[in-house]
Amino acid sequence: MSWVNAVIQGILTGAFYALFACGLSLLFGVMGIINLAHGDLAVIGGYVAVALIPVTHVPVVWSFVIVVPIFAVGGYALQRTLLQASLDRGPFTTLLVTFGLSVIAENALLEVFTSNSQSLNIGNLITYSFSINSQITISYFSVVVLALAVAVLGALQLFLSRSRTGRLIRAVADDREAAQLIGANYRHVFGVAAAIAFSTVALAGLAYAMSSQIAPTTGTGTLLSAFEAVVIGGIGSVWGTLVGGIVLGVAQQIGAQINPAYQILAGHLVFLAVLALRPQGLFGTRARA
Amino acid sequence: MSSTRPAALAAPSVEARVTRSAQPSAWLLPVAAGAIVLLVFMPSLLSQGDLSTMVNVFILLTMAVMWNLLAGYAGMVSIGQQAFIGLGAEGVLAMAQHGLNPVASIPLAAIATAAIALPVSLLVFRLRGGYFAIATWVVADTAELVVSSISSLGSGTGSPVPGLSGLSAKSFGDITYWSALAVALIALAMAYLVLRSRLGLVLAAVRDDEVGARSAGARVMRARRIVFAVAALGCGAAGALLAVSQLNVQPSSVFSVQWSAEMIFVTLIGGIGTLEGPIIGTILFFVLEQSLAQHGALYLIVLGAVAVVVAIWAPKGIWGMIASRARFRLFPVGYWLWTHGATRGRKARRLPARLVGRGRGGQGQPSA
Repeated sequence: MSWVNAVIQGILTGAFYALFACGLSLLFGVMGIINLAHGDLAVIGGYVAVALIPVTHVPVVWSFVIVVPIFAVGGYALQRTLLQASLDRGPFTTLLVTFGLSVIAENALLEVFTSNSQSLNIGNLITYSFSINSQITISYFSVVVLALAVAVLGALQLFLSRSRTGRLIRAVADDREAAQLIGANYRHVFGVAAAIAFSTVALAGLAYAMSSQIAPTTGTGTLLSAFEAVVIGGIGSVWGTLVGGIVLGVAQQIGAQINPAYQILAGHLVFLAVLALRPQGLFGTRARA
Repeated sequence: MSSTRPAALAAPSVEARVTRSAQPSAWLLPVAAGAIVLLVFMPSLLSQGDLSTMVNVFILLTMAVMWNLLAGYAGMVSIGQQAFIGLGAEGVLAMAQHGLNPVASIPLAAIATAAIALPVSLLVFRLRGGYFAIATWVVADTAELVVSSISSLGSGTGSPVPGLSGLSAKSFGDITYWSALAVALIALAMAYLVLRSRLGLVLAAVRDDEVGARSAGARVMRARRIVFAVAALGCGAAGALLAVSQLNVQPSSVFSVQWSAEMIFVTLIGGIGTLEGPIIGTILFFVLEQSLAQHGALYLIVLGAVAVVVAIWAPKGIWGMIASRARFRLFPVGYWLWTHGATRGRKARRLPARLVGRGRGGQGQPSA
């Protein structure tokens, strides 16, 4: 029965990874860049809330009302300045610049907040749970995160396919020159995409800080998990990312069931196995749409 | 990047001569030999403390030379070189535990690391660009987790390296220094030979036009795989040196991503895609680290910020800025084209200079 529990908890963890991953996927899909500072952004989101809540007296659960807009504006601004400047040099430079930003962010957090881990305390909201039987207990918060992940991925899918701005983003992603010919300002479109990606990663970071602990070095593990979810699911597939996250989460929980020390390792091994046997991912096609 | 094709090739009627170096670099050889002799006799000139700083200089230099070969010449941005640093260090620990002399096990650990890199390349080469970068990071994390679960290697807390306790502090310091010097010189020599060989030509051709190189019969994957293994060999040796010089191996320290951060920043600031760049960057790194030593992690923040600025606004780094003005190279790995009428003096054509063998100093840059 504890194995069934491992699978259920794995599915719920997987939702977290999918939420982390959708911003990573979006930036890659639109601009063709990998943001190596993506995991650190999530951690920064948590720390911004830690720093702002005592000042603003907002209830902790509602901290996203402040943090998400800050990240949206920050994402747009960073994209229009540093990221666009590196993008103009090519994907090679963007990779190095985002890695530099990741190292800077991690060490700056270490200087300001020390290496002690922090958490966003939402009181007994985190402890509410329901039991299916004596062994399987599911917390409401993790169900909320699962619903949030599905809602964010669905909204993103709908936004990209139906809205005017979404179609513009896809047009620029497909053919930047042609989109410019019809009057699209691709730099602005990139900024909007970055604002959306930063908002989703802030949301993921806050949810993570509420249910677990964050430390300045948490970002690396977050980035690796999000990336593994994307590759397992198939690069470019929105719902593949959710399935990839769930596969990763289940693998980690089953690994932890065997030996708590094997949790992360089991996830890595499943990722490497997918890379060896099905490099395009579970739902990927050979050529990205 | 077809736009970088030199104009001189389009006009075959021009009488031209191609040489490896701009000026007769005969004077360079005695100077280099003198510098090496000086470095060899350093232990009798420096204090123990300075000597161990020099060991760290050589370790970082070796890593930077290898990362430069990977990213600067073969176009593979790896964030997971700490996998091979850690494996080299753990290799020395494992061999020392079985009675081998730790210093003698440095080359063995390096070769074992390169042997592990070959199957790893089969996996990570399935991804490209940014996905390749994070995949190498996953491999490094996997290696750390696997090693941390081996109890004979001290599990997660690490283990001291046995076998050198009989030496006096002085002779231990000297032997460590000479091993580090030897590894750094061999790393530089290997990078130089790779670039002067056929392999270097393939890498240059791929950098300029991958599709063109493939259609001309260049075996691109094979070239990349060799470079990946050579870089693992060098990083394995650097990790082995870490184990010998610190006499203690802890997985979280030898597999730290900080090694990748340092080697990348040093190479970018010094000048990516040049052999001279990592040397200049490493020297600068230690000057900066010494002056910011009391401020903890601040040196990495400053270094990262400088590296970001350099990557965007001065992609050829410090050596690139020097080299674009002077017609002088420490390592003649490129070619110089001399058109008819050009003398060896000031009139040598600048445009086709460094026709082949130049690394990527940021993409989309004109070659002149």
